[in-house]
Amino acid sequence: MSAAPKGFEAVTSRTVVLPRTDIDTDQIIPARFLRTTTREGLGQQLFADWRYLADGSPNPDFVLNRPEAAGCRILVGGRNFGCGSSREHAPWALVDFGIQAVVSTEFADIFRANSLKNGLVPVIVDQATHAWLLANPGVEITVDLKTASVILPDGRSAPFPIDPFARYCLMQGVDQLGYLLSKNDEITAWEQRRAARGY
Amino acid sequence: MPQTSDTPAVLYIDLHLIHEVTSPQAFSVLRERGLRLRRPDLTLATMDHSTPTLTEQVFGGAPITIESAAKQVRQLEINCAEFGVELLDLASDKRGIVHVIGPELGATQPGKTIVCGDSHTSTHGAFGALAFGIGTTEVGHVFATQCLLQSKPKTLAVTVDGRLAPGVTAKDIVLAIIGQIGVAGGTGHVIEFRGEAIRALSMDERMTICNMSIEAGARAGMIAPDETTYAYLKGRPFAPQGEAWERAVADWKTLPGDPGAVFDREVKLDASTLEPMITWGTHPGMVTGITGTVPAASDDPVFERALSYMGFEAGQKLAGSRVDVVFVGSCTNSRLTDLRAAAAVLKGRKIARGVQMLVVPGSQQIKKAAEAEGLDQIFKAAGAEWRESGCSMCLGMNGDTVEKGRYAVSTSNRNFEGRQGVGARTLLASPLTAAASAVRGSITDPRELL
Repeated sequence: MSAAPKGFEAVTSRTVVLPRTDIDTDQIIPARFLRTTTREGLGQQLFADWRYLADGSPNPDFVLNRPEAAGCRILVGGRNFGCGSSREHAPWALVDFGIQAVVSTEFADIFRANSLKNGLVPVIVDQATHAWLLANPGVEITVDLKTASVILPDGRSAPFPIDPFARYCLMQGVDQLGYLLSKNDEITAWEQRRAARGY
Repeated sequence: MPQTSDTPAVLYIDLHLIHEVTSPQAFSVLRERGLRLRRPDLTLATMDHSTPTLTEQVFGGAPITIESAAKQVRQLEINCAEFGVELLDLASDKRGIVHVIGPELGATQPGKTIVCGDSHTSTHGAFGALAFGIGTTEVGHVFATQCLLQSKPKTLAVTVDGRLAPGVTAKDIVLAIIGQIGVAGGTGHVIEFRGEAIRALSMDERMTICNMSIEAGARAGMIAPDETTYAYLKGRPFAPQGEAWERAVADWKTLPGDPGAVFDREVKLDASTLEPMITWGTHPGMVTGITGTVPAASDDPVFERALSYMGFEAGQKLAGSRVDVVFVGSCTNSRLTDLRAAAAVLKGRKIARGVQMLVVPGSQQIKKAAEAEGLDQIFKAAGAEWRESGCSMCLGMNGDTVEKGRYAVSTSNRNFEGRQGVGARTLLASPLTAAASAVRGSITDPRELL
């Protein structure tokens, strides 16, 4: 985990669809895989309990194991994606697997914040667009950061909300830590006022 | 520094709690970039998630059996030594679950901003602190700058009036709230819990409520500080002492909101109508009263899958259903009053044949206090295992897991698929319900045994 991920303006890919609602971070990466001190290689354990059978072989019924999922960089999930634990291992695992954007109608707050710091775009679309994407797995769409919109195969586009600062950081590959470090003087001034409280 | 149209607010953090699982990659960033840890004095480390609960492994008679866990523990020791952070290590008598020890040591205080790389940081909101979980990148931000970039959350008031009936607890209140507003009901919001029933709760109970705010999707949960809060904190080692204490309390008394404060949303609940609650599905919003049934039908799209995972039928009565494992512990329900509640049910009784029961205190100090009251003897005499403190079977990272297909009544916070072990079936409930279910070997209304 060194500098910020490389910036990008858009991602175009076929979608892989996981229609389940409330996909929690224990499903995205189970806790037993968090006994690591690095962030590398977690893609192998992405959705481990759904993706692999008890003997460790791939579950042929799971959507990410199907041949048409190979190379997909946009995941469409059910509502309230990423609920539960704050583990950043969840976006690390998705990014390591090759996912660059997740589309849903709603994301859990911590997962959304973690994703934005790792070059993973959490895309919140309206119900109708979401329903269409769920019903049409494998279509090629574009998640465009420049216009903050999803472009569908027929050319229609659906806007998505994104914090302007986070969008700037994603597009430029800017590291938010650098911004915070630049505030050193203000932080020091606050620390002096804080110390004067006397407790 | 306030939020603008282009940039988020810069929020200073008064207390940064860290543990072995979500900090190593953040320490690596400091090393790679040649940065110092700005405020070691505002940082406190413990080890809890991947640590063993068997006495011989904790105190060095036997090695930690899971090598990757042992490595995480060693790495935290190295990191804290190198960056000057106080660490409550495996052998420390002050060690425990991060959200139990912060309050216990008095480090958690009203008005503080508190973060930790752990979603249950919401627990500390019970003291009128703004406390929330963060990811590891943000742990690195706090290490380097003691600050975070934040946008202003929305507000949700949850008012709980009325009096709880005997056998009904804070855990039942919060499960009922999650059942009412849903697991995403609090997304984007900070919840303030208020009302007569909340004011009547002890600090242990208030922590149980705020702990599970995140299970409703909320960014944080808070309870306004009052005399109960100050009485709890007074004299604790990290709390202000002497004249500083008086100044702090005077400040803390200015924190509660105005009576007419306006919230983005409001929800009400009558505590007097509640019965003990238990979950039947695979998220905490799938919950019902202990005398109730699994719903006959649901518009939740994962209803069928949840039933199939849990091995339940639609419309099935829950009481009397088989229980294999009982876990009393976790940052939700492992404090002394929780252990007392479980012990009150178990006293003079035995757990049912074939049931495994694990009692894991939230901290080493709680363990010691429980032993001084003889609670450990009650648990052992009943046939339960009495362990060293840690997160343990809440998430099974340390090897304390529930086997595939087995039913666990657990006082923890998440009943997600596989949370307590691959294929494990979790039913969330209060310590009273957990202990009563251990005695009968089936889901049991604790009021039948009180």
